Amino acid sequence: MPKDAADRSTREMLLGSDAVAHGVKLCRPDVIAAYPITPQTHIVETLSTMVDSGELDSQYVKVESEMSAIAACYGAAASGCRAFTATSSHGLALMHEMLHWVAGSRFPLVLVNANRALGAPWNIWADQSDSLSQRDTGWVQIYCETAQEALDNIILATWLTEKIMLPVMVNIDGFILSHTMEQLSLPAHEDVDAFLPPYDPPYLLDPDNPHSFGAAATPDNFYQLRKSLAKTMRTVPRTLDQGSELLARHVGRRFVPLECVQTEDAEIILVITGALTGTVREALVSLRRDGHKIGLIKLSLIRPFPQADLVKAVGTCPRIIVLNRAVSYGAGGTLTQEVRSALYHLPHKPQVIDLILSLGGKEVFPETIEDIVAKNEDLSLVDSNWF
Amino acid sequence: MLWNVTTAEYMNRGHMACPGCGASLSMRHALKALGESTIVVIPACCWSIIAGIFPTTALSVPLLHVPFATAAACASGVRRAQVAKKRTESTVMVWAGDGGTFDIGLQALSGAADRHEDILYVCYDNEAYMNTGIQQSSATPCGAWTSTSPGGKEFEYQKKDIISIVLAHAPAYVATACVAYPDDFYAKMVKAKQAKGFRFVHLLSVCPPGWKIDSQDALKVSRLAVESDVFPLLEMAEDRSLRRTYEPDGTVQLSDYIQSQKRFRSLTREDIQRFADQIKVRNNRWLGGAIRS
Repeated sequence: MPKDAADRSTREMLLGSDAVAHGVKLCRPDVIAAYPITPQTHIVETLSTMVDSGELDSQYVKVESEMSAIAACYGAAASGCRAFTATSSHGLALMHEMLHWVAGSRFPLVLVNANRALGAPWNIWADQSDSLSQRDTGWVQIYCETAQEALDNIILATWLTEKIMLPVMVNIDGFILSHTMEQLSLPAHEDVDAFLPPYDPPYLLDPDNPHSFGAAATPDNFYQLRKSLAKTMRTVPRTLDQGSELLARHVGRRFVPLECVQTEDAEIILVITGALTGTVREALVSLRRDGHKIGLIKLSLIRPFPQADLVKAVGTCPRIIVLNRAVSYGAGGTLTQEVRSALYHLPHKPQVIDLILSLGGKEVFPETIEDIVAKNEDLSLVDSNWF
Repeated sequence: MLWNVTTAEYMNRGHMACPGCGASLSMRHALKALGESTIVVIPACCWSIIAGIFPTTALSVPLLHVPFATAAACASGVRRAQVAKKRTESTVMVWAGDGGTFDIGLQALSGAADRHEDILYVCYDNEAYMNTGIQQSSATPCGAWTSTSPGGKEFEYQKKDIISIVLAHAPAYVATACVAYPDDFYAKMVKAKQAKGFRFVHLLSVCPPGWKIDSQDALKVSRLAVESDVFPLLEMAEDRSLRRTYEPDGTVQLSDYIQSQKRFRSLTREDIQRFADQIKVRNNRWLGGAIRS
């Protein structure tokens, strides 16, 4: 970290949700709209407290549903404002229509999703089905391992969304991140301000310069607009890289779309995303000690999918086990499909094993990972492996 | 009648409304009353098309198209943005059909009204899902033919009383209006612009293809609705009660209105009496005893 920035930052013991709220506050959003849902509630409670005390100068809209939360944010973004919302699970599902609409409209927005299962039956615990089932909506999707990452990623996401004019979803695992405390570094406002200038909208609803947004488009025009969206999405890794460099300069930490842990000599690479990465890291230590050549790939960026980085990271490793926390029923783990698709064109295709690690908050311990590795030989190459 | 209306036009030629469309004429006059510092939010409705296909636009004020259920929420966000950016002189107007107001947009409408959002919500009510081909909505009157009520809307389902619903939220301003009475409509839009808080204007908006009338009869039929008291012209007074802004002379009967439109062709004499009874109950709810007997 740059020395001055390090001096200005503070060490705090924060709840994951409060780290998110502090990240949001540092971005100085003009408008926040949210509807409460477990396990997102602490985020919006802290934000409303900050607004109430005057610590955060934002319009806070206490809407009557998640659909209206994102709709209000959309209206604010279309009016040239920096907007923020947070949700989870059923709330994100209720937003589905607006997720498409916001991305198609090319307005910037940051949404934090506390990953949680969708019913029935009711289940409030961590599961990535909510966000991974929204992967085709045109949003950049970032996943966090720690509260520090969540805080940093919100700042970076705000910078990114205004650069690419596409919305960004930052995902934190419900309870595992949202409801646990972590010691982290809280950057000073001035350093975030230096990284993140006020939003300068390239277009907005303005009576002095009137435009219509979202008007019906002919098939040809619609196709061109979607092609342009896809093209922008392709540029995201490069833009993120620039943003990450800039963030490192001002705040001292970087965003890594894909992290490799001991993959160089690995005979098996475990692929995971989100907060359970820490559990796998822990298991890796004992597995390595026992002589297993196991590596780990953590995916922090799911949309756009970091295909080139993954190909490079996998190298010549013959066997990949993808640890899933979301399933596309009838097709297997959602993340497995992404990994298989990214590696398909390789001349020496590795075996990609589909493993459904946890759904609805099913506990995962380092021993669970060790057990998977112990049973490696028995894992199906074709079917999903349920534990 | 002396009526000073600006010659400025904020709605352009080349829009895509059907001939005789009440919604297009209403927009033209609404914008004249509101002026150029207006931001319009339109959910899925006929106006999603009337406004024009990209890259054309029928409006010379900013316009945000939004998904069906979200108009009042999107407008809340637009308004809060104006507050955040200290540009509060502009009027944020929702312009929604009856489907987007009475049905799919009701929750967002209730939320915005409950929060007393400083927006003007205008519902142009053409009494069915006209843009998708005349399907029944909760604003469709009893007995009316639609493509999903081929035998006429069943009499146990009344036209939803949106005015009472909105009034229950303690709004800043409520009115009903019809562009066939342009001076009344215009005056109400001016008042709605000046009021602060959640404002609601319910427009009866004639739809020649949906109501099965000739387009040249659009305003005539609109007038019959008001004169027969099917659609009284009202305004919320300072004491929050509703009062009439126009008193029909009583010469037009309900049957005159019913018979002016082929959508009511299946109604029997008994049906018309039930229709009349329903209207009496509703008007009594709105106006207390002060209604024409």
